[in-house]
Amino acid sequence: MHAEGPPGAQDAHEPDVRSLVRAHEVHRDVYRCPRVFALEMQRLWARAWLFVGHDSQVPEPGDFVALQLASQPVLMLRREDGAIAVLHNRCAHRGAPLVPEGPGRAGRALRCPYHGWAYRLDGRIAGVPQRGGYAGSGFDEAAAVQGLTVYGEVAMHRGFVFARARADGPGFAEALGELLDALDLIADRSPQGRLRVAGGVLRSVVRANWKLYLENVNDAFHPPSTHASVTGAAGSTWAAAAAPGQEPPLALRQLLPFGAGFDFFDQMGARLLPHGHSILGTRQSIHTGYGGLDAQALRAAHGEVRAARVLAFAPQNVVFYPSMALKGSPQVMRVLRPLAPDRTLLEAWAFEPEGAGPQALRSALLYNRQVFSPLSMVAHDDLHLFEGQQHRLAADGNPWVSLHRGARADTPEAPPRDVGGLDEGLLRNQYRAWADLMAAPAPGQP
Amino acid sequence: MNAPTAAGPVPPTREQLVDFVAHEAQLLDEQRWDEWEALFAADGWYWLPASPAARDPLDEACHLYDDHLLRTVRLQRLRSPQAHSQQPRGRGHHLLQASTVLERDDAAGCWLLRTPFVYTELRAGHTVTLPGTARHTLVRVDGALRIRLKRVDLLHADQPLPAVEFYL
Repeated sequence: MHAEGPPGAQDAHEPDVRSLVRAHEVHRDVYRCPRVFALEMQRLWARAWLFVGHDSQVPEPGDFVALQLASQPVLMLRREDGAIAVLHNRCAHRGAPLVPEGPGRAGRALRCPYHGWAYRLDGRIAGVPQRGGYAGSGFDEAAAVQGLTVYGEVAMHRGFVFARARADGPGFAEALGELLDALDLIADRSPQGRLRVAGGVLRSVVRANWKLYLENVNDAFHPPSTHASVTGAAGSTWAAAAAPGQEPPLALRQLLPFGAGFDFFDQMGARLLPHGHSILGTRQSIHTGYGGLDAQALRAAHGEVRAARVLAFAPQNVVFYPSMALKGSPQVMRVLRPLAPDRTLLEAWAFEPEGAGPQALRSALLYNRQVFSPLSMVAHDDLHLFEGQQHRLAADGNPWVSLHRGARADTPEAPPRDVGGLDEGLLRNQYRAWADLMAAPAPGQP
Repeated sequence: MNAPTAAGPVPPTREQLVDFVAHEAQLLDEQRWDEWEALFAADGWYWLPASPAARDPLDEACHLYDDHLLRTVRLQRLRSPQAHSQQPRGRGHHLLQASTVLERDDAAGCWLLRTPFVYTELRAGHTVTLPGTARHTLVRVDGALRIRLKRVDLLHADQPLPAVEFYL
């Protein structure tokens, strides 16, 4: 660490996290320090409502997806009663993994491959082989007899499943607030009001801190500079290939708007919400031009007024701080899974609005492979810069990262608040939540 | 390519087919991208699935599925001085195992080759090594062999991958 002792490292045991975040600046150690990262997992990621999965992934009782949630191996499992459980994917006996990562079907019980302990779909023990051997051992009073450990509270809205490990802070509806309306608008892109995860997930490993990635999701200031290579190439290629007046194919209509100017990005508008959440592109976005939905079917299903709202909602990104960012049009989602201070797993998911026909899903899959794939045409320039930041922030020099853009002494910063698309208030809003969620627990709290 | 005879075009020899695939990899490694793109039929596609069992490039997630237009955009981007991730320019290297001819339909003018490989990419001081298998569906256009589909199945197709920037 820094030879002169950065503010975050004054205490040998625990960084003083509040000293790492100022009103308009953050200290470089938030991106680099292993102890800050460990505290982020224990506090921020344990207290926040994290995106877990979508209920369309587990339609039948016993269906599950095993995944890493805030560095914890967990199972999202459909119970017998239809509810969704999030349980630790670890046998209560000796800690063996119950199932490998990924989707699967357990039927009526989960069985540990090591010694055959079996669990009901709510995590309670269904059976232990050779139970007589435990007589008089005190086993009936042991923690193991409680079965699988529950990850924490679970809540669901329009099929989106969230969980938090520690009940410390506002409940689900209050914590997500206006984001629930955004989920409603995106789910109603289906005439039946239901989304389905489809097509498969693309996964990348980014050699940078998760916050560098999440800042970029909220950063409409970067495309004109960062993405000039692909927008220039798409523009010149189409100019050479097209007949006069010919409309570009969808693949290029998805790429070309990255080249919109600063005015466009500023006017797209953004809404800052409590707890680090935000909506970038409240008025327009680079996705406004290619909805791909059957407007008539939506009017028939939802009525004129609702359908108009659904069709007009094409945000650049809805950020569910800290774990997920969702687009409405196309229906794609990015899920962040921090692995280490300098390593982040990124997932790109696609949704099919049920009853909307195959084109909406194809547009989402096209977008993901062009923009979020490890072989993307767009993301390479982003990732190269994040990885460069991660490396350069280790160098000596001014340790403070500037997030001043748009801040004004005469304007209160607290959300909810509407700002221009280029305002770094979007990033300051993330760090306000970061400082809150990283605060030491009150005495008596977990 | 062999001259046509009165009985129709002479089918390519196995050696000609195998040489075509080796030449294609050489053009990529030497970044002779215009010559490489000219190896594709006008309706030729390059496909890199995200699952070994992938069957459909449009209805399933894939890492890359490019036609002529998108290949042109991608190659144009790689040449752009504004491609930050290509400063300095990266390099790719193919180590090919000899191709086998999986299917040969001389009457229809269509040949399928399988070529196991190890691809290594160097960019910004980092090295990525990816084993996989390429499948070339070749046809003949105006007497010359051309690619109708190049499908690249990575061993790590469904695993988290780092950024990979060139065609494999």
